[in-house]
Amino acid sequence: MLRAAVTGAVMAAALAAPFLIASDFWLGFLITVLLFAYMGMAWNVLGGYAGQFSFGHAVFFGAGAYTSSILHVTFGLNPWIGLAFAALAGGGVGALIGFLSFRFGLRGSYFALITLAFAEVFRILANWVEFTGGGVGLYIPLKVHPANLQFGTKAGYYYVALALTLASLAIAAWLERSRFGAWLKAIRENEDAARALGIDAFVCKLKAIMLSGAMTGVGGAFYAQYYLYIDPGIAFGPAVSVEILLVPIIGGLGTALGPLLGSAVLQGAGELARRVMGDVPGLNLVFYGLLLVVMVRFLPDGLIGLAARLRTLRRRAKVLADA
Amino acid sequence: MESCAKTAAGLGYRLATIGVITSMFDLAIILPAIVNGLTFGAIYALVALGLTLIYGVLHIINFAHGSLLMLALYGVFFLNRIWGIDPYLAIVVLAPAFFALGYVLQWSIIGRAGHGKDQNVLLVTLGVSIVIENLALYFFSADTRAVDTAYTFVMVDLGVALVPLPRLIAFVASLVVALGLWVVIQHSDLGRAIRAVAKERQGAQLVGIDVDHIFAMSFGIGTACLGAAACLLLPTFYVSPTVGHVFVLVAFTVVVLGGMGSFPGALLGGFIIGVTESLGGLFLGESLGQIGISLIFIAVLLFRPTGLFGGRA
Repeated sequence: MLRAAVTGAVMAAALAAPFLIASDFWLGFLITVLLFAYMGMAWNVLGGYAGQFSFGHAVFFGAGAYTSSILHVTFGLNPWIGLAFAALAGGGVGALIGFLSFRFGLRGSYFALITLAFAEVFRILANWVEFTGGGVGLYIPLKVHPANLQFGTKAGYYYVALALTLASLAIAAWLERSRFGAWLKAIRENEDAARALGIDAFVCKLKAIMLSGAMTGVGGAFYAQYYLYIDPGIAFGPAVSVEILLVPIIGGLGTALGPLLGSAVLQGAGELARRVMGDVPGLNLVFYGLLLVVMVRFLPDGLIGLAARLRTLRRRAKVLADA
Repeated sequence: MESCAKTAAGLGYRLATIGVITSMFDLAIILPAIVNGLTFGAIYALVALGLTLIYGVLHIINFAHGSLLMLALYGVFFLNRIWGIDPYLAIVVLAPAFFALGYVLQWSIIGRAGHGKDQNVLLVTLGVSIVIENLALYFFSADTRAVDTAYTFVMVDLGVALVPLPRLIAFVASLVVALGLWVVIQHSDLGRAIRAVAKERQGAQLVGIDVDHIFAMSFGIGTACLGAAACLLLPTFYVSPTVGHVFVLVAFTVVVLGGMGSFPGALLGGFIIGVTESLGGLFLGESLGQIGISLIFIAVLLFRPTGLFGGRA
């Protein structure tokens, strides 16, 4: 009862936010929070549920961003349809990397490093070939109309980002309940034992990386439409990879609400750092790095894990008090 | 479509250029490139030696290796700028200082964050590298800096190629440091303890070796290699907050190519990567030449994860 009420209230607030928040700045802040919560959830499918940490999620982000942008700029394809192609591109790149890495049995740190190397290869290629605009980048012409996935106010982008986040939450809820999600968790906990139980670890991990890649690709396409610009450094550079993986790690690996919480805390901390210390380049990243070290060192289960731990402590204290 | 055709034409042009170069200039261009690659490869080898030692003993991948090298390069730069200390003399300060830094870093942060999962260590070292890099950006700005020495532009004629003197010094000194490291590992009590911990952590603990201390010592020695590498590197190189990026993927590639934890592998891998980069830059151009490193890295990880010399995957 309480849970449903809280969910309903949060949903109502989320839907009403553009009417309640007058400032474009804060609406933009919320869009960033939602976008990275969405992509953090995408990372979580592979990293949190299946236990395969990727250090190069920019490769999916960039593939999606470039696919929708090039299709739109060069071939005049509608960006809404471009989102579907971005998902295909992200999923396709995921299938390629996943097939190679998992077929050859890469695990743990090795898998993390190979995703990083793939992102680097794509970054150099995007710099070199001409149809990406090379190092200059790609400008998406300004044609403000909802049908072009371009909005006159931030509210339009906000609702798209909200829809993406809700979809990612639905996927997380499905993973929490479905057999596929249970298989992924089994592989995460002990891959050899999972295989001994008859789980096809290769196929499961491949599906996870394709789903994760497709979701991240859509995120990249949205990013390109939102900023109307993309270049190889933004699309395939390590900054995006790091920002995506920080979100679920800070919020809580393998949890449905972790990425949302993580993204809010991360963007909030970054914004706070800017307010307090001034707009100095790199300073928000110092905080991100410190957060990463502190979280892994002291709270490997993330903020969600901390909440769960506090709840257990309180319950135990209550039991003791009652007795 | 048009741009695709252009790209194809561009590729054809490049391939034609390669043909022209190989047929017309032959060894006069290729040999100096190889020599150049070998001298740079020695530095890569030294950087990779530190990484491979840390991997071989602790079985962790130190993502902060590149940014620690960057920090060491700034150390050399400021010692030179403020006190006028020669980059090569700075090794007496920087190698011990970075040994201490590595020891403390492993003992206080990295060693306590693993919680039994190697990805956690990767994440923590990633966090450390982000912090170091962006603090450098904050304090030193994004400017690229270099040192001026009397010998920066002195060239030595080796017969097949003209080589800058500092590159030659770096080449020889890297080999000397590698040899010294090998002697320490093979013939000292510390080295025996390190090898024991690398082979069998629990067994080493049972015979009374302080494993946490040996871990920190190994991390310290690996980081001290960076202090030495920075002193040898700066006379012909530059430093900026992101300079670590240049080295981190290269060092990983050298290490996996040579075999994780293998000393001779790191040396040979360093030379191979140095020459590959040099020849790749010559034939494919600077930007596309870098792709060779990443592709080698991917190929080795996929097809031969034990590397050339490694025993374990």
